[in-house]
Amino acid sequence: MGKIEWAMWANEQSLAAGLIYATGGIVGVAGQFRGWQFAAFGIAAGVFVCLLEYPRSKRGKGTSVERTGQYCFTVCVNAFGPLTRNYYVRAFLHAALCVPGGFMLATVLGCVCLGIASLIYLSAAIHGEHWEPILPRTEPPKRVGDSIKEPPQNPPPRPPPELRRKKADKLETAAYDNPMSVTVNE
Amino acid sequence: MSNWIINQGLSAFILVVWMGINIFLFVYFYLFYDLGPQFEYTRELLGSALPWARAPAAVLNFNCMLILLPVCRNLLSLLRGSFICCGRTMRKQLDKNLTFHKLVAYMIALMTAVHTIAHLLNAEWYTNSFQGRYGPLATKLSMLGDSRELNTTYLNPVRSNSTTPTILVFTTIAGLTGVVITLALILMITSSMEVIRRSYFEVFWYTHHLFIVFFAGLVFHGAGRIVRSQQVTDPPHNNSLCENQLENWGETADCPVAQFAGGFPQTWMWVIGPMIIYLCERLLRFIRYMQPVSYRKIVIRPSKVLELQLVKPGFKMQVGQYVFLNCPAISQLEWHPFTMTSAPEEDFFSVHIRLVGDWTEKLIKMVENLPEGGQGPKMAVDGPFGTASEDVFDYEVSMLVGAGIGVTPFASILKSIWYKFKDSDPKLRTKKIYFYWLCRETYAFEWFADLLQVLEKDMEERGMRDFLTYKLYLTGWDQSHVNHAMVHFDKETDIITGLKQKTSYGRPNWDREFEQVQQENPSSVVGTFLCGPQALAKDLEKKCVKYSDVDPRKTKFYFNKENF
Repeated sequence: MGKIEWAMWANEQSLAAGLIYATGGIVGVAGQFRGWQFAAFGIAAGVFVCLLEYPRSKRGKGTSVERTGQYCFTVCVNAFGPLTRNYYVRAFLHAALCVPGGFMLATVLGCVCLGIASLIYLSAAIHGEHWEPILPRTEPPKRVGDSIKEPPQNPPPRPPPELRRKKADKLETAAYDNPMSVTVNE
Repeated sequence: MSNWIINQGLSAFILVVWMGINIFLFVYFYLFYDLGPQFEYTRELLGSALPWARAPAAVLNFNCMLILLPVCRNLLSLLRGSFICCGRTMRKQLDKNLTFHKLVAYMIALMTAVHTIAHLLNAEWYTNSFQGRYGPLATKLSMLGDSRELNTTYLNPVRSNSTTPTILVFTTIAGLTGVVITLALILMITSSMEVIRRSYFEVFWYTHHLFIVFFAGLVFHGAGRIVRSQQVTDPPHNNSLCENQLENWGETADCPVAQFAGGFPQTWMWVIGPMIIYLCERLLRFIRYMQPVSYRKIVIRPSKVLELQLVKPGFKMQVGQYVFLNCPAISQLEWHPFTMTSAPEEDFFSVHIRLVGDWTEKLIKMVENLPEGGQGPKMAVDGPFGTASEDVFDYEVSMLVGAGIGVTPFASILKSIWYKFKDSDPKLRTKKIYFYWLCRETYAFEWFADLLQVLEKDMEERGMRDFLTYKLYLTGWDQSHVNHAMVHFDKETDIITGLKQKTSYGRPNWDREFEQVQQENPSSVVGTFLCGPQALAKDLEKKCVKYSDVDPRKTKFYFNKENF
């Protein structure tokens, strides 16, 4: 299937799953269904998954497209280090979070979607992918060569001495006009 | 504003009509189930969750019917061909088929959400009702068994105390198919997100075939006839009277036991037509796949561009159209679109293929290893598709703007214009063409520069130097370009393209360009055609309006937003 980064699809799937989980949970709690405790858990788990999955990872190859306003989420998610970077952890986390959803009808769809996302993340982890934050690139300062810090070794190029000194009667042949005297004696 | 009406008016109208039908269906079926007397007892159990589930179901029926149609490419081509009489605006709508497909998909997703939530409530309330939590009437109704001997028909699909909503859903046809098709829908949508589609088309394409599961489940979704309406009994059961006489049901003449029956499943009636049409579409693609295509010439161009000149019996094209190519040796299932770069006047059709991804890479590698003059790998061709850009020939003066890869259809157009001019084709009204080619770098477009060189030479031989004025803009220049240009500034031909016309750097100053066109063609009608980014389209549209004059003696600019 080409050089696919499975994590990208897993990310979309888990974000959708989080929303569905949370929506099912809201219906369960609002309708006071039997087993509403599972629905309440569904809301919490769904929201948590959404927050975790909102910041997109930097792609291994190619340009990464950020989601709107994802920077603060990126910073938060990045702060957890290897827990969030590693996709095995994520796969396991999603699998664990989805299980309680299976006990109640309203959250069962969220459970299955999150389970599928967990499987795709597992596939991503097996392929060696990991989460990279998309951070704004700081512009490297304009690099001038180090040699600019040293004083010049050679004098600037000048025309040969015969042309250098301006003679009053030979203005035409003079190489340039001196604004002030250049000889010691004059 | 008037330009908007001309360009977008019909699309907006179609959207309004579509939305109007959706709203009508929703409201009509909501009221049907909310007010209909045959559902009075059902509403006793479910409240308004019943109409809230049935109304989106009707909208879903309508939209599931529509969703297959915009992706039947050959059907659209057929319609396009038969609309030749009905004006360009009608035909251009057919180019927006994918946008419409996505819009319908969003509506399906939204309605599925409403439908599912309403049914979650229904499942819960049916269960509660059976367990006697909603009062005596509801309990009585729920207790109605499904028995021939007692002559009773059930209303509540929950038939036992141990049934939970989850069990109800997974043991009924409607519930099971519902979960399966919703899951298929979710997977289809997440893999169709723009990010995934643009980067890994295969994932999108293969996952999207879950639509087969979706439609199969959809057709059987209503087979369980779980929505039950009250039947007329003899003698009739008077609801308002019998509600208060629950003990007397079946005992008195006024209140025979209420009878119920499931509704006939209707979804298949909506979707069977488009399903058959789509099946024919795929069959046609398969037939086209079997038709022989031979290679006339294979040329490997600089910067890893492959030119294929192909011949297929009975193939007829028009300028600006595209074809889908399939190479079984590379992948059995993948069809990739390529704009055609040859003119219809030629007896072959050609495509220029750039190395962009897996498929193109494998193709170029296969071709590079071919013996001299050998036939290429077996290729299947589907098409041609796309609205032809016939309008280009109608204007006295044409401004053609191609940006980046958008320059490809103009190869076909320029060649065709040149052929028509040489044959003095009366259909060609063009007297002068201004061609603007904008690209970040000329990498992978050297073949187009070659084409321009050939045209340039041809025109000079005929003394027609003024027919085509082309300007090239290299927008991705840097210091090395500048240095190179400085050193070679007195050469007659351009250092980058080898053309007589020098390359300009940076973006064009459109005000100056339009002024120049206006000055050189004082009383003509100028057609502007763009194949490029949206931002540029907006820009050019504004300039066309700015430089057009109502006075018929002065120049008028018409902007055609092409969708190649």
